[in-house]
Amino acid sequence: MRWGVVTFPGSNDDRDVLRVVERVLGDEAVSLWHKDTDLRGVDCVVLPGGFSYGDYLRCGALARFSPIMEAVRAHAAAGGLVLGTCNGFQILCEAGLLPGALVRNRSLRFVCDVVTVRVERTDTPFTYGCRTGDLLALPIKHGEGCWIADEATLAAVEAAGQIVLRYTDRAGRAVPEANPNGSMANVAGVCNAGRNVLGLMPHPEHAAERLLGGEDGLRLFRSAQAWLGRSAAGGRREPTVVPGP
Amino acid sequence: MPGLVARVVVTPKRGLLDPQGKAVQQALHALGFGEVTDVRVGKYVELRLHDLAAADAEARVRAMCERLLANGVIEDFRLEVGTERT
Amino acid sequence: MAVVVTAALAAEHGLTAEEYEKACALLGRTPTLEELGVFAVMWSEHCSYKSSRALLRQLPTKGPAVLQGPGENAGAVDIGDGLAAVFKIESHNHPSAVEPFQGAATGVGGILRDVFTMGARPVAILDALRFGSLEHPRTPYLVKGVVAGIGHYGNCVGVPTVGGDVYFDAGYDRNILVNAFTLGIAPRDRLFRARAAGPGNPVIYVGSRTGRDGIHGASLLASAGLDASADKRPAVQVGDPFTEKLLLEACLELMRTDYVVAIQDMGAAGLTSSAVEMASRGGAGIVLDLDAVPVREPDMTPYELLLSESQERMLLVARAGTEEAVAAIFRRWDLQAVVVGRVTDDGVFRARWRGREVCAIPAAALTEAAPVYRRPAEEPVARLEEAQRLELAAVREPADVEQALLALLESPNCCSREWVYRQYDQLVGGNTVVRPGGDAAVIRVEGTRRGLALTVDGNSRYTRLDPYLGAVLAVVEAARNCVAVGARPLAVSDCLNYGNPEQPDVMWEFQQGIAGIRDACLALGVPVVSGNVSFYNETEGRSIPPTPVIAMVGLLEDVEAHVTPWWKAEGDAVVLLGRTREELGGSEYLAVLHGLVRGTPPWIDLEAEKRLHRVVLEAVGERLLRSAHDVAEGGLAVALAESCFGGPRLGVRVTLERGMRTDALLFGESQSRMLVSVRRRHLGRLRDLCRREDVPLAVLGEVRGTHLVIADLLDLPVETARERWRRVLERRLG
Repeated sequence: MRWGVVTFPGSNDDRDVLRVVERVLGDEAVSLWHKDTDLRGVDCVVLPGGFSYGDYLRCGALARFSPIMEAVRAHAAAGGLVLGTCNGFQILCEAGLLPGALVRNRSLRFVCDVVTVRVERTDTPFTYGCRTGDLLALPIKHGEGCWIADEATLAAVEAAGQIVLRYTDRAGRAVPEANPNGSMANVAGVCNAGRNVLGLMPHPEHAAERLLGGEDGLRLFRSAQAWLGRSAAGGRREPTVVPGP
Repeated sequence: MPGLVARVVVTPKRGLLDPQGKAVQQALHALGFGEVTDVRVGKYVELRLHDLAAADAEARVRAMCERLLANGVIEDFRLEVGTERT
Repeated sequence: MAVVVTAALAAEHGLTAEEYEKACALLGRTPTLEELGVFAVMWSEHCSYKSSRALLRQLPTKGPAVLQGPGENAGAVDIGDGLAAVFKIESHNHPSAVEPFQGAATGVGGILRDVFTMGARPVAILDALRFGSLEHPRTPYLVKGVVAGIGHYGNCVGVPTVGGDVYFDAGYDRNILVNAFTLGIAPRDRLFRARAAGPGNPVIYVGSRTGRDGIHGASLLASAGLDASADKRPAVQVGDPFTEKLLLEACLELMRTDYVVAIQDMGAAGLTSSAVEMASRGGAGIVLDLDAVPVREPDMTPYELLLSESQERMLLVARAGTEEAVAAIFRRWDLQAVVVGRVTDDGVFRARWRGREVCAIPAAALTEAAPVYRRPAEEPVARLEEAQRLELAAVREPADVEQALLALLESPNCCSREWVYRQYDQLVGGNTVVRPGGDAAVIRVEGTRRGLALTVDGNSRYTRLDPYLGAVLAVVEAARNCVAVGARPLAVSDCLNYGNPEQPDVMWEFQQGIAGIRDACLALGVPVVSGNVSFYNETEGRSIPPTPVIAMVGLLEDVEAHVTPWWKAEGDAVVLLGRTREELGGSEYLAVLHGLVRGTPPWIDLEAEKRLHRVVLEAVGERLLRSAHDVAEGGLAVALAESCFGGPRLGVRVTLERGMRTDALLFGESQSRMLVSVRRRHLGRLRDLCRREDVPLAVLGEVRGTHLVIADLLDLPVETARERWRRVLERRLG
């Protein structure tokens, strides 16, 4: 599988995603510059975490106009896989590729911690290998991770099953105490209507090695691998549950 | 030759929780300004333009707001265009 | 309209009458205004180290792994696999006291540049912070600002903040300390230095445009205390971490080519200090064309251009003919890259503006000929004798030992620092193996099996009571923290924070501190490869307690073998290595429960300490240790509690052999002790190692249950104690 990781001016976790793709997944990692207009045939585009354009004006507000975003938009429209983590999620919302918006944490502070998220839907390429209700331990590190939407959008998104990951406590309850940033409905990650674009605030690339604290993040990457493998083989197969660490 | 100045104010949409506004309100109360019942914190953007008729300028600045300066999902904006005061 | 330069004007610039005379003599004439500004800033304490240079030469700076000692922008040591660790710690105390957010932020920015200017990608940040008492009205504001500022800058640039330490002490009420440390990794044979060479080579300015920031920041801040009435308010810079990130990437890209001859960041004293230092180190001259400097303010004078401290700028010497190639790299990152001068062979630092030469000073006059002072030092015998007097008999033991432990766990210097490090991105870079909260941070050296341990330490209660011994203990503590995670101590960067050196007792404290660091580093075989001195940390004549901060780097041959402080499984044996003496001088317990900072710091036997290190490192190598925790502030009881508070959060049941005051047993801060846990079947092997090295070993009990139990003394539920320990800063700071 070919993964493309976009570097915007100010992207920080781009190198970390590239490393995980190459060293842990054993896949091909392609580094894409924000001024490129060609995605070089990658299967999945990753918009990584960081502070693109210094978070000026609004997080992701300037990055969404980078030349590469046209190609990302076209790729998404054609059903290609797009994964946005943290700043990447913010860029996708600003670009209108995902619903809602990310605003400042309710506490007004940057928070770096490990949280629990519950898999709400397994019918996306990135959660294909999970079971509904699975709990994943993933790191977050952000100051503007509070996902909000107006009433109508929230209702539509819930109804369409576009809420893919929710913050919960270790027992799997989506309670306020488990919500690190105040986001509506404890939303940690959402997908688009086509279900091929996923944005999430947690960092799966920082939960990909046991040495560094945990491997739950790998399940999202391996799900995409499995999903692509299924599509490549053609025809429908029962979803395979990717074993956890 | 006087240029044009556009002044844009971007604020969080009414009804949206503004934790920054809340924090500022609490701080004002702590300083003895108990009469403050609500605070919203936004952004002020000043743009200097050249060579445009005022009507055109307003339409274009509005477009700037809609495309970039304000995120319609979470923000409102208002704008005014005038000549540079010397 | 030319300003007339007089001795009075020189005095306003912070030069003494003698210094001004010396400058005139070196030039053979009266300096121009620009030259006066240059002398003032290059001969300031901050840039010239005139009060400390002579003494710093005592520090051991050599060793088989040392690739670069003090004298460059950062130090460098060989860490194997063809790689070098490049690191330094630096202070930004005065700006942080004035504007905590930007002061701390720009402090981080400056130290990052010092590391990547050597060609090393920064991979870790640590900070040593000293604040006043939590009761002081200004302290919460300063703490919140500093922590937010460090987070703001470090997080945006994308370098993880993996550790540090925070102390609260009334001695810092009016003078906080912010010491920022950065470590980067570079190929060992591709380290870049700041030695201008090659007459005719272009001098290129890269980064942000120049404004009027901080003119005279360095000379002002370093040579005067902060008074509320000061109208010479230090000018504080605003940092832009986004630009720094671009600058970092562009510089690292540039350094993969062979265009660069020399490179240095523009920090204190901006363009002037970079150019002068590069010229001086290379034995060359530099001529600057000030008209070419990119500016962001109109009508900047040559004086301002030379002295501006605008952030996020670098100066480099490139090989002639590579100007366009260099510029192309910076353009890709939307940064300025402009030729602003060239290297000459006459050893003179020249600056031209609008066709005139406004500055012509031999570079060596500004560096090598800078004043060196051997200031008078005098031991404050009476004060110290009084402070060191401690009548233990008059110190009543606590009636309720459980409450005493809880009081300590909730005290500002023992409580959890989670409130602080939650605001830092600890993970970016994907190599953080042990995050903040343990004895030292551990990062993986990418592409290898090795790891680096990082810690900063410096207990200022000890140094207040005995400036020599306190400095020794700072080095020892840092080494023990490295060893606790399984790393062999490799090298030190020191940040020496003291008061007014013109006061003989402060100068004596400084001398003692240097001697302590020297002796400890020699004994432990750990060289000092970089560092920083910050003087004049005083307000209204009152200086801070002597505060030498030691940053230490350790090496793990196999990062998978690292150890953390927390119990791992029920049934593991809990063992104390080392001996507890009956001593309470300078302890946290004495301060918190009795309001006393008295006595002498804990006894240290450096040979016994080394033997402990050998045992622990060998045990780590044989994978015997399930956990290891340095016993420090708060003593054994606090260490036992902390080992319960992390990881699987298990309880412990131990019995302590009495034979001394209970409070000394539980809360004394005797050195050379390590609290470890091992699988029962490995106890025998651990005993063998201890016997061989003559390190006392005592099996205290075992990991068990959900309570912290010290037989006949206390029985506390872990979760309740932990919650109280965790919430302190959140409660006090909001």
